[in-house]
Amino acid sequence: MYSVRWQIFAAALCCLWAMPSAVHASVAGGAGLDVMAVDLHDRASLQRGAALYMNYCLGCHGLKYQRYQRLAEDFGVPEDLVAQQLIFDDSRVGGLIETAMLPVRAAEWFGASPPDLSLIARVRGADWLYTYLRGFYADPSRPWGVNNKVFADVGMPHALLELQGLQHCAPGSSLAPNGGVKRHPLTDEAILDVPCGDFRIDSPGSLSVDEFDSAVHDLVNFLVYVSEPAALQRYRLGIYVLLFLAALLVLALLLNREYWKDVH
Amino acid sequence: MAEHGHGGDEAAQSDHCGESFHQDSTLDNRRRFLIASTSALGAVGVAGAAVPFISSWQPNASARAAGAPTYFDVDSLVPERITVVEWRGKPIYVLRRSAAQLATLERLEERLADPLSTRPNQPDYIQGSGAVRSLRPEFLVLVALCTHLGCAVKYRPEHAPEDLGPDWIGGFFCPCHGSHFDLSGRVFTGVPAAPNNLVVPPHRYESDGSLTIGVSVGEVLS
Amino acid sequence: MLIRALAALRDWVDERLPIQRAWDTHLAKYYAPKNFNFWYFFGVLSLLILVLQLITGIWLTMNYQPTARDAFDSVERIMRDVEFGWLIRYLHSTGASAFFIVVYLHMFRGLLYGSYRKPRELLWLIGMVIYVLLIAEGFLGYVLPWGQMSYWGAQVIVSLFGAIPVIGDSLLVWVRGDYLISGITLNSFFALHVVLVPLMLVAMVFLHVLALHEVGSLNPDGIEIKEHKDAQGVPLDGVPFHPYYTVHDIVGVTIFLMLFLSVVFFAPEMGGYFLERANFTPANHLVTPDHIVPVWYYTPFYAMLRATTITWFDLDAKFWGAMIMLSAIVVLFLLPWLDRSPVKSMRYKGCMSRCALSLFVVSFLLLGYLGSIPSGGYFLGINLCWQSGGSTVCPMENVDVAQYLTITYFAIFLLMPWYTQRERCSQPPERVRGR
Repeated sequence: MYSVRWQIFAAALCCLWAMPSAVHASVAGGAGLDVMAVDLHDRASLQRGAALYMNYCLGCHGLKYQRYQRLAEDFGVPEDLVAQQLIFDDSRVGGLIETAMLPVRAAEWFGASPPDLSLIARVRGADWLYTYLRGFYADPSRPWGVNNKVFADVGMPHALLELQGLQHCAPGSSLAPNGGVKRHPLTDEAILDVPCGDFRIDSPGSLSVDEFDSAVHDLVNFLVYVSEPAALQRYRLGIYVLLFLAALLVLALLLNREYWKDVH
Repeated sequence: MAEHGHGGDEAAQSDHCGESFHQDSTLDNRRRFLIASTSALGAVGVAGAAVPFISSWQPNASARAAGAPTYFDVDSLVPERITVVEWRGKPIYVLRRSAAQLATLERLEERLADPLSTRPNQPDYIQGSGAVRSLRPEFLVLVALCTHLGCAVKYRPEHAPEDLGPDWIGGFFCPCHGSHFDLSGRVFTGVPAAPNNLVVPPHRYESDGSLTIGVSVGEVLS
Repeated sequence: MLIRALAALRDWVDERLPIQRAWDTHLAKYYAPKNFNFWYFFGVLSLLILVLQLITGIWLTMNYQPTARDAFDSVERIMRDVEFGWLIRYLHSTGASAFFIVVYLHMFRGLLYGSYRKPRELLWLIGMVIYVLLIAEGFLGYVLPWGQMSYWGAQVIVSLFGAIPVIGDSLLVWVRGDYLISGITLNSFFALHVVLVPLMLVAMVFLHVLALHEVGSLNPDGIEIKEHKDAQGVPLDGVPFHPYYTVHDIVGVTIFLMLFLSVVFFAPEMGGYFLERANFTPANHLVTPDHIVPVWYYTPFYAMLRATTITWFDLDAKFWGAMIMLSAIVVLFLLPWLDRSPVKSMRYKGCMSRCALSLFVVSFLLLGYLGSIPSGGYFLGINLCWQSGGSTVCPMENVDVAQYLTITYFAIFLLMPWYTQRERCSQPPERVRGR
């Protein structure tokens, strides 16, 4: 009877544990965001993301908590290579990844100084970033000629324009109450009733749509890594700690039983 | 559930819990083994838990970045002049020795405590260089802190100055407790205080001729 | 030889400091009921977390800088530049939530088995003081990372002082030490968080354990084991705390550590409940985050604050909200005198007490849920409205439900003297039964 109760308790705990991640998933996936799978173990993707960042983002956005050296350590590449491939200013390899842009000048150009992005992935989440970076579309009414699907009236120009090309809003489909795409009852074609539900690329960039998606995936993957470089260490160490405790638990249970068999 | 406890009516049980063990020795051994192994594993756990707390006192990444190797161009140095470079917060003296200065190093052996630099106050590749204590005989690179109590030593190139006496042929002098060193940073005997030669920091020359302080010959930056 | 020397040293010390007596009183000859169950792990676990928080906290201060300019940056440096800084910080942040989890379960155990009843009233009162100190400590600590949630959480909570009539505004300025929450506030909160409150906590925990060992532990049957002793004066249903409950607690501690560390290593943000997203943005006194909620352990009280809409005596709802929040805690202090039942344990109480306790748990959890979501909207999406006399009545909005639950919460305690005396209880056994 005693052990049954323990089992119930263990099961309840498991449910409790699963709950926040379920909540998390539903929040992250919601609000019309495209979902992307973060993979911090994919070093090639992280390296490509880092290169993209240095080329297209660092001009305005720093990563002021991240050191170049740490990239070398975590990506498993020699420091010399990082210095050669990723450092475009006179930073030392132990230095922080800072933007060369002066905040005052930036505020003049963009209306607000571009935020540091070290922690952006922890604030916004990977899905938001993935959707945002792919969601710029032509809007002549805006100062930079572009607007964004998930960040209305954003002050930032389309930094990846030469890669993606300029896309226009196109009518898109919406979801029916049953969760599927809303379709015409007779023709079974999707009803395009959302004004900016889809995009159409007019002037293609240097990458195809798939290539661009994969590039943004790498870039966001990199930003997720930068937001918490310790994450990889965390997973690795955590497994050993839990295995150790499991071994200790076995001994502790035996010891406990050994003593308590005196008690009637 | 009730089976676990004393029934209220079983008054015969005068032995209350916990005093009815130690009857047979196998039980005792098993108990002793479990105590020992649980304690041992627990001790390992405590030691493991201490690791993060102890290692968090290691220099952190920003301190390491500040203590990273220092690069320095030696070609423009004027002979017999000292240049001070900072590495890990310590003054590093770089001296371009003239031929005359190098000549003073040869005749000193008997007056020095450790003329061949056998004590570990320099990298291995310096020890082999003999009296010059350097990778390139011309250039001397020293941590300018006296090996006695850590005062910064003075560079005194002149011969027989009034305060240092007629025997002085140029070298380093510690103002705190009066230690004398020659122009390779080797300590003189007969003068109080410093026991050892001045420390030569790890350093090397890059392919372009510049000096890097803080990294040894052949060492790859992590 | 060495052993004999150590024994001599022990005797030498023991003649001058009663270590043997302390060992006997609190461990080897402290007799605890033999029928402790699952719920009796949480006292020792609270103690464990207290120690963990003290150690990790001390280590965090070694790299943390309590100034408005550097606080946020220094936390990120701890997370990145300091060796294992991330682990120490996550242990501390997860420890804060874990502290509340085990303390809530510990308190629930008290409610379940009547641990607050005579002669343990003072034990319960000291425990409640510890709980209040913990609330303060958690709040002060949450301000220190100086993110957006830190800042605006402090803003909201500190503003409650402004609700006090007459002196409110000047008190508000005094608490902040400034005309807004600023680096000055941060600095004094830091001092309180790392020195004053922890000292008081440790002192109170010490008294709590001392008081417990004076009156002895209760047990799931809610009967006193001291009433049946053998010839030597040892309770027949007691076992020496050491070794029986030490080996027992090692099991509990290990299981707890497995759960706790799996959060630390694999989900330190706990889906935004333990570390909130908005707190990864540095504090900005000009912009409020879109959705501001306190950390989960305050949400039941926060829901009561938000649900209060009364404006009696010309005092605004904020004042009454703060009063209700305060009373929700004060009423717990009174518990030893509200419960008039002839028995202590829920095992032998009647159905009204059992229902009340279940209702209490449900309302506390639901209030916690309501405090963590935006205030508008319908409860669980139940859009129940109808027309009545020309106006629309919607009794299932979140605010309404929070009001019902607040009333329920207070009713459970205020009606306790009545229903505990009125219901039929069963007769507890003479000697303890089982777990």
